Amino acid sequence: MKLTGAEILIECLKREGVETIFGYPGGVVLNVYDVLYNSDLKHVLVRHEQAAVHAADGYARATGRVGVALVTSGPGATNTVTGLATAYMDSVPMVVISGQVPTGLIGNDAFQEADIVGITRPCTKHNFLVKDVKDLARIMREAFYLAATGRPGPVLVDLPKDVVVNSTKFEYPESVSLVGYNPTIEGHTGQIKKALKAILAAKKPVIYAGGGVVLSDASEEMTEFARKLKIPVTMTLMGLGGFPGSDDLSLGMLGMHGTYRANLAVTECDLLIALGARFDDRVTGKVDEFAPRAKVIHVDIDPTSISKNVKVDIPIVGDLKAVLTRALDMLKEEDLSTRDKDLAPWEAEINEWKARHMLGYEQSDEVIKPQYVVEMLHEVTGGDCIISTEVGQNQMWAAQFFELDKPRCWLTSGGLGTMGYGFPAAIGAQVAFPDKVIIDIAGDGSIQMNSQELATVVQYKLPVKIAILNNRFLGMVRQWQELFYGKRYSHTVMDNAPDFVKLAEAYGALGLRAEKPSEVVDVIKKALAHDGPVVMDFIVDREEGVYPMVPAGAAISKMLLA
Amino acid sequence: MRHTITITVENEFGVLSRVVGLFSGRGFNIDSLSVAETMEPAISRMTIVTRGDDQIIEQIIKQLNKLVNVIKVIDLDEGEYIDREMILVKMNANEKNKPELLRLTEIFRGKIVDVTPATYTIELTGDDGKIKAALELFQPLGIREITRTGKVAMQRGSGNNG
Repeated sequence: MKLTGAEILIECLKREGVETIFGYPGGVVLNVYDVLYNSDLKHVLVRHEQAAVHAADGYARATGRVGVALVTSGPGATNTVTGLATAYMDSVPMVVISGQVPTGLIGNDAFQEADIVGITRPCTKHNFLVKDVKDLARIMREAFYLAATGRPGPVLVDLPKDVVVNSTKFEYPESVSLVGYNPTIEGHTGQIKKALKAILAAKKPVIYAGGGVVLSDASEEMTEFARKLKIPVTMTLMGLGGFPGSDDLSLGMLGMHGTYRANLAVTECDLLIALGARFDDRVTGKVDEFAPRAKVIHVDIDPTSISKNVKVDIPIVGDLKAVLTRALDMLKEEDLSTRDKDLAPWEAEINEWKARHMLGYEQSDEVIKPQYVVEMLHEVTGGDCIISTEVGQNQMWAAQFFELDKPRCWLTSGGLGTMGYGFPAAIGAQVAFPDKVIIDIAGDGSIQMNSQELATVVQYKLPVKIAILNNRFLGMVRQWQELFYGKRYSHTVMDNAPDFVKLAEAYGALGLRAEKPSEVVDVIKKALAHDGPVVMDFIVDREEGVYPMVPAGAAISKMLLA
Repeated sequence: MRHTITITVENEFGVLSRVVGLFSGRGFNIDSLSVAETMEPAISRMTIVTRGDDQIIEQIIKQLNKLVNVIKVIDLDEGEYIDREMILVKMNANEKNKPELLRLTEIFRGKIVDVTPATYTIELTGDDGKIKAALELFQPLGIREITRTGKVAMQRGSGNNG
């Protein structure tokens, strides 16, 4: 039986186990939407294509499955670029399907034409222009395979109108054959042995865990590994939740806004064990003074991440889960009974740093401290929720003060730092987990970048809670201006924000506001009790800063503590 | 340091721009590039001459390998290889310099492939050193225009480039 390209597309999505897609219709994808009209595939209509991609991204991060977005050609497609770049930087598995003008018109500057394959080439793991309906099923299969395997990432499939209209016999390929694509999964045994030898010999080891721990679902293995060997663990922004934050071995986050003890532990360690991390400049600060005394082990599935920024002594290319499973197996033969004693001096040194400086803030009776809001969100929910963040101070306070114990409960744009990410990402997570509490910790600036999605959450009755830490500033930029630009607050004052309570109400959501510290818990409780989307407007201390802070380009041991 | 890299790729729409885009996007240099089909029409071979320290070359090789359409990447400087480039040189020709032009063309085992009353166009093939030497000697005789193919290269011996 012959199917049209549109029917084949939907059939392929079903074969891949897709249940929900996020999208926005338009001219060249009308045929696809016509098939969706009586399909059991769930489609969430967003209010801007960027939100469709972020929602698919949030869905993917929360579930570990491939997120899917569908948009039209031209502006629909170009609006996906920020979402694709966000997902690419953070290695999120995703397939974005864009409509394209008919093949005969490509290159003619046709209505709503954009060379989206050309535009997105550097911000996708791979992309395809389907030129013939006969190739569609194979390409869809390859797209999902590429998105989900190896180092995951977003893949774009561009579908010209005639390809979705034309028909062919539908056959879904059973296997994928890509000659140039063959990710290494199992780590090299000799290298793993070498790494274990170095680990057992180290006196001051530190695990530096990145987003790869979450992506490869290796947090159980890593937790066992760290506990067995008594190695303290610091996490990157992307790695949060990969190791229980409440564990005694947790040092918290490292880097620009990392904890005092994490940054000093990395600076003083004699062995740095990098697991699924990529030595980002926000983590390393001045590269020459990053872990200067340490031998470096680096496990990563992507060979390009190894020795890119920092010279690695023992590289292991492979999937983290596979490598750690193998390492745990090898450890069975080792006598680990003296580990406690061997590592006691290192533990004592770290505890000293911990005693010298802990994350904190000065509580006030008059004005709400943003950190307090984050802490109360944790307290009232018991930590049992998924947190998404926007970007800036809100993101850093969330990272510092919302202690995460589980992976896939933390949706944040780490690499690209995309303001406007958090709310649509929360939508994606809520669609995946309708019964879970999903909170977007936002700033008054960021939330305005995608606040139109309030219409989406109201339409689909998605009970996303937004907590705006409202300081009427672009807070992080303001903080830099305060510290490095003589308090010249050039264009960071956001005095003309809407009344967020009324904004919520205008869309049919609940709006709540807290202006005093005493009102914070009450507002949170009301929000959680409400069976629907809520905007919480917390009027916070205007000039509160995020600390510790490592000035850009400085060594991470050189922290400003307040 | 200069490195000559040979890349076997799927002969597909957009592959060249993926490779070139990788170089420009990551700030790597391309000194020369040549690309054409292999015996297998579905596969093309590129030869890229690039520059960088060991760490950069390592990144270039790894990043190229990461491209889905790239089948094989070889840094030829890791072993022995043969490289050749062809150039066409259009010379101003007059009664005075014609004997010298003919002599140099013969010395470099070139060919005169086009003649007009005022120009000789010479075809030359050779490795880097030979091309450079030839151009130095042709220069004072009046070069009008040159065009170069960029380097093509291959491992020496029975080794297969893919």
